[in-house]
Amino acid sequence: MRRISQSLLSTTGLLFTSALMAQTAVPEIAYDSAPNLLKLPEHIYLGEVPGVATNSKGNIFVYTRTGTANATEGTSRTFTHGGARLFEFAPNGNFVREMGVGVYGFLFAHGVRVDPQDNIWVIDEGSNMLIKFNPEGRIVMTMGRKPEAISVGREGGGEGGGRGPAGRPGAGAPGDNFNRPTDVAWDAAGNIFVADGYGNSRIAKFDKNGNYIKSWGSRGTEPGQFNTPHSIATDTQGNVYVADRENKRIQVFDNNGTFKTQYSNVGRPGAICISPGSHQYLFSSNSTGEMEVAEIYKMELDGRILGKFGRAGKLLKEFDTLHGIDCRNPNELFVAETSNWRVQKLTLHP
Amino acid sequence: MKRFQSFSLLAVMLLFASSGFAQAPAGGLTPAQMNAKAKAQNVPEIPFDSVPNFLKLPPNLFLGEGIGVATNSKGHIFVYTRSQNTRLFEFDQKGTYLKEIGEGLYGFAFAHAVRVDPQDNIWAVDEGTNMVIKFNPEGNKVLMVLGRRPESVAGIPLTPAPAAPVPPAEKYRFNRPTDVAWDAAGDIFVSDGYGNSRVVKYDKNGRFITSVGTKGAAPGQLNLPHSITADAKGNVYVADRSNRRIQVFDNDLTYKAIYDQVGAPWALCVTPGSHQYLYSSNSNPDNNNSEIAAVTGEIYKMELDGTIVGKFGKAGKGLGDFSTVHEIDCRNDNELTVSEITAWRVQKLMLHPQGKK
Repeated sequence: MRRISQSLLSTTGLLFTSALMAQTAVPEIAYDSAPNLLKLPEHIYLGEVPGVATNSKGNIFVYTRTGTANATEGTSRTFTHGGARLFEFAPNGNFVREMGVGVYGFLFAHGVRVDPQDNIWVIDEGSNMLIKFNPEGRIVMTMGRKPEAISVGREGGGEGGGRGPAGRPGAGAPGDNFNRPTDVAWDAAGNIFVADGYGNSRIAKFDKNGNYIKSWGSRGTEPGQFNTPHSIATDTQGNVYVADRENKRIQVFDNNGTFKTQYSNVGRPGAICISPGSHQYLFSSNSTGEMEVAEIYKMELDGRILGKFGRAGKLLKEFDTLHGIDCRNPNELFVAETSNWRVQKLTLHP
Repeated sequence: MKRFQSFSLLAVMLLFASSGFAQAPAGGLTPAQMNAKAKAQNVPEIPFDSVPNFLKLPPNLFLGEGIGVATNSKGHIFVYTRSQNTRLFEFDQKGTYLKEIGEGLYGFAFAHAVRVDPQDNIWAVDEGTNMVIKFNPEGNKVLMVLGRRPESVAGIPLTPAPAAPVPPAEKYRFNRPTDVAWDAAGDIFVSDGYGNSRVVKYDKNGRFITSVGTKGAAPGQLNLPHSITADAKGNVYVADRSNRRIQVFDNDLTYKAIYDQVGAPWALCVTPGSHQYLYSSNSNPDNNNSEIAAVTGEIYKMELDGTIVGKFGKAGKGLGDFSTVHEIDCRNDNELTVSEITAWRVQKLMLHPQGKK
């Protein structure tokens, strides 16, 4: 009965604003945020944190926009360097190490994920690259290519603005020629799914060795089209969930990219995460920035909403532009915020 | 046995692909693939292995784009890489890290090639600063520089329009140079490059002698001279990449011959010794396009007269696959060291031309 009235309300709610719907229909989940979670050494600061992920030991990986991307003068073209760093912390938040010091592809952080073998994958929107580190911290695979140089004083020509090739956003050519990619996920066979991204509006699928298999999607609002595929996750069946952010929906595809369904009652999904285990949950962040809306939905994989929590703000437990979720433990989330330059560990009391 | 099987399978596949291509262009290859595929057909495969975990880097030191690789007479390996800054590293013959060379150097901005001359001097070619830099064998002293870095006081250069005319080439200035070679007398040949479409010859003391080439497709013209090497007689081999051919010039840079069967030559190397071979890489494009990568990526072994001896390799990210090979070292005929752009690595390849391991 409750479910029926909820879905009725949802249908009606679509006619109104999502904010109104969210306030009236969804139960609140109680939660806490651990104070002073990450302990940073002297002279290391987090900047905007678009991505956070944990490995099987509970260690925490943070990919952050910090320092400054520099351009080189006195050359035949203008090159950019730096601007993003990757840190590892122990489960208690103690600093362990910096990874990938001086890596060519660290330019403008967008996300970090840890695969089931504990490899750490960085997604860089500035260099158009995915960089796979093994658990020891060595680079074992790269995908995509950093634009050699940035365009100065020109629009549309040259080699892009350090954030992907110039030109019209499109579906991209076959291969790992990303244009401002946003996120990565894997299925049980190790196939790689890349959300690509701001520029290309597509999902690209590769085998575990990085060989291109296929891609789907283009810029648009139809099912199977995207307007900023901003986050991606898979379930144990290999279905692919895409946060189609500016279309304000989560789209679900089968393993080959065939459209299955969409969930359009959870606002503007900026970050999604599917928990492991026998009963998987889908978490989705509705975060508008500007201190207006910031909440996380907990859902069943079929889209039923179980509850939500959080609100916009700068205090502990509040969120400002929540950009990444780790849900290895569905009742202990790690969340990354761009506007608050921090990571929070949330303990849920459902 | 396994190798033999895969070899014959490949040969059959090649036959199939080429016959299918002749009868029905739509069957198998797209027009872009037909354009990118090397013309040479039925080339024997040379079996090879890639040494696993070859270069050992200290913690928190990473290669970026593997742009240049060269060995010296001791077998030490020099890697010129586009890391967050462009850097030059030295490894011993086993791949153990030894040291960094030229840290913070004024001429390092965007790596393009490194070569070691017969006296073991180390030469770096930088496409960003438009310079060719000669280090002593120890790498702790700059012995000579060619070209000049644009003054930073001029500010950040505006990106030229795609069809903007290139300023006239000057004797002692480069425009995105790509590579360097020497003849037996120590004369220096620079391929110059992305901006200028020419090859420049200097004497061993860096004094201008002559140059050849303008942008174009006629014999003697060049369209992206991307790699250069010389044989024992002083002939010069130029990878005329965008014209998809190797051009051969004599020692005075007079045009001699064209080899156009081996695709787009990204990297050239001529072996030393009494019987010299020419290696050329038809590298898969660095734009990560998998359609073109499916028909490119292989390295050809040739006689100096252009006769193809064999080929090996394909595009891919795994060990023994190639991700846009950018430079080849061939000090030893059957032990090549190759650097790759998009996999950020260097591989050591053991060739087995007789099929034996």
